[in-house]
Amino acid sequence: MAMTADSTKSQQIMLAHGGGGEMTARLLADHLLPQLANPALDELGDAAVLKAGRCRVAMSTDSYVVQPLEFPGGDIGKLAVAGTLNDLAMVGASGVALSLGLILEEGLPTDLLDRVVASIRLTSSAAGVPVVTGDTKVVGRGQCDGMFINTTGIGLPVPQARLGAARVRPGDKVVISGRIAEHGLTIISQRRGLRFDSPLHSDVAVLAPLVLGLLRQFGPGVRWLRDPTRGGVANCLVELAESAHLAVELNEEAIPISPTTLHAAEMLGLDPLTVANEGKFVAVVAADKVDAAVAACGSHPLGRHAAVVGTVTDGEPGLVELVTRLGGRRIVQKPYGEELPRIC
Amino acid sequence: MDSQVVEIRDRIERAANTLAREVRLMEICGTHTMSIFRQGLRGLLPQAVRLISGPGCPVCVTSQGYIDAVIELAGRDGVIIATYGDMIRVPGHSGSLEQARAAGARVQAVLSSMDALTLARENPDATVLFVAVGFETTAPATAAAVLAAGAQGLDNFAVLPAHKFVMPAMRALLADGQVRVDGFLCPGHVSVILGSRVYDPIAREHQRPCVVAGFEPMQILQAVALLLEQLVAHQSQVTNVYRSVVTAHGNPHALRLIDEVFTPADAWWRGLGPIPGSGMALRPQFERFDGFARMCVREGADYDPPGCRCGQVVKGLVDPPECPLFAQSCTATTPVGPCMVSSEGTCAAWFKYGRRRLEVAGTRRPQVRTK
Repeated sequence: MAMTADSTKSQQIMLAHGGGGEMTARLLADHLLPQLANPALDELGDAAVLKAGRCRVAMSTDSYVVQPLEFPGGDIGKLAVAGTLNDLAMVGASGVALSLGLILEEGLPTDLLDRVVASIRLTSSAAGVPVVTGDTKVVGRGQCDGMFINTTGIGLPVPQARLGAARVRPGDKVVISGRIAEHGLTIISQRRGLRFDSPLHSDVAVLAPLVLGLLRQFGPGVRWLRDPTRGGVANCLVELAESAHLAVELNEEAIPISPTTLHAAEMLGLDPLTVANEGKFVAVVAADKVDAAVAACGSHPLGRHAAVVGTVTDGEPGLVELVTRLGGRRIVQKPYGEELPRIC
Repeated sequence: MDSQVVEIRDRIERAANTLAREVRLMEICGTHTMSIFRQGLRGLLPQAVRLISGPGCPVCVTSQGYIDAVIELAGRDGVIIATYGDMIRVPGHSGSLEQARAAGARVQAVLSSMDALTLARENPDATVLFVAVGFETTAPATAAAVLAAGAQGLDNFAVLPAHKFVMPAMRALLADGQVRVDGFLCPGHVSVILGSRVYDPIAREHQRPCVVAGFEPMQILQAVALLLEQLVAHQSQVTNVYRSVVTAHGNPHALRLIDEVFTPADAWWRGLGPIPGSGMALRPQFERFDGFARMCVREGADYDPPGCRCGQVVKGLVDPPECPLFAQSCTATTPVGPCMVSSEGTCAAWFKYGRRRLEVAGTRRPQVRTK
């Protein structure tokens, strides 16, 4: 009768396992890490940093299944290049080369494919990282949703970078590079056919120039980096607090967000802190460097709205708390695994 | 903190000091509950002022028997379940709609009843069953969908009716006597439809002040101040601070839609039990749109999952940390009761936004540090 612990445990993969939140963490912990564990993988960083001969090499892979394939501000091709290069940048690595795996559905219009490939070309050439190897597969109608893309990138860490949750100290500041939740809400609004007075655009962008510039300038003053994609800012800060065994206090008023995004989030009943970004980073920066770091961000178009949004404290380990506009307090948690359409 | 907030907190503080007793104010709207938690408002109130959450979350008051019936229907060939997202994870006797979907059932989250109609048009070979839950806020849209399906001859669309009227539940709570409520923070969205005058009997006959407020944190604090000040003055009136959208008489068009399609019927509320005239049944001329009748399925009896105190939570009798399952076997990832699943559920709000470790340990209120 009714629910026992066993019947609440999922016997099959559910969409929530792909949400980037608590359920994704369980998918990894229950089904992947027990069999595949090794020191590089166990870090669960955005990218792995490996020793290859005398070199340190960063490597990252990501698959893209977004619907719709084209959306305001970008398309699946731009996303596939920027997403993987951003993952490399989050471990302080500058991209060297990309692979491209395309899974195409029978019936996909070739002019759509051409537009996506043109977007891949534009994004990768602007970043100076070529696609050097690839693969194509075609599956029958109904077996994939138009087009799925996988990209893998390798990169070289900039020598000044000293990143990791273990380097984070109480008193360090939390910086967000710009207005949050724009990618996720753009995709959801497109899917729902919602229109707003000022249209929403995905923030998808290659962050490497901004991020690597910061690392070169501030070196160990930048302690930790993450791009808040699936699961949003909430997910990545809870992961930070958990892995650093520290607490984070956020100031709601300081979190950059456009009025349109806020309005859209309210309409859809979503907490913007849990919504995906594709052109933002969250950084922990030493307190004495933070003003200069935010000013440096501000001189780059992608960092125009960068702001200090919180402080790392020695409070309850793993706890992220938000001080609301009125001075109330609430805790911030990883989202469960959102009931949302595919966003990346 | 800006001066407005300081001023309103001063008013609350003064009134609470004058009353010098525990005051229990009930919000009966899940969106208020969420806003109160998201904004950390409980921590801004004096110790003696308690905000308790009433039966304002439509998913939470839906009977377990109904949820089981929906999940059973999801497993049938040729059926598409169209539902508001909140229902997808509510566990029933055998799994949830989410698990049914993973096992192959066709379950589609929709934002409105009209999306469900579109699904029916796009899938002529399937029967689309719309999970029609919610109060007077969502019922007019369901009524409009039923009328549209009739007009368009969409015979593969039906609803699984579980809409409820709010007022009978408020009266039942007061008649119950178990629940001590000093005043009501009246729902925002429901009041748009019903109008603020609908609370007059609560204020007059039951002597409970009522304030209709929106969801902005300042409005909620203002409502709390007004409720306390009425209590200080021994008054009991209906005050509307959500005048930008709530009128005295409500939305006559929406009320007509409800009346045209639905007729009051007895309904089972989780926690409150059966309440006469609190449910919305389809009128006889729309019975062919009743999905249960069409599929020959009957809503089963209500029950609580073992150990689950959702029933007492929706009455405001206990706070979630007083439930033995809360944050133990019942979490956001493994919910046992609907109050943990719905985005408007009281348990979900406590779990998501409350400092549950402190609260579980018996320190009911979050610590307040305002500087």
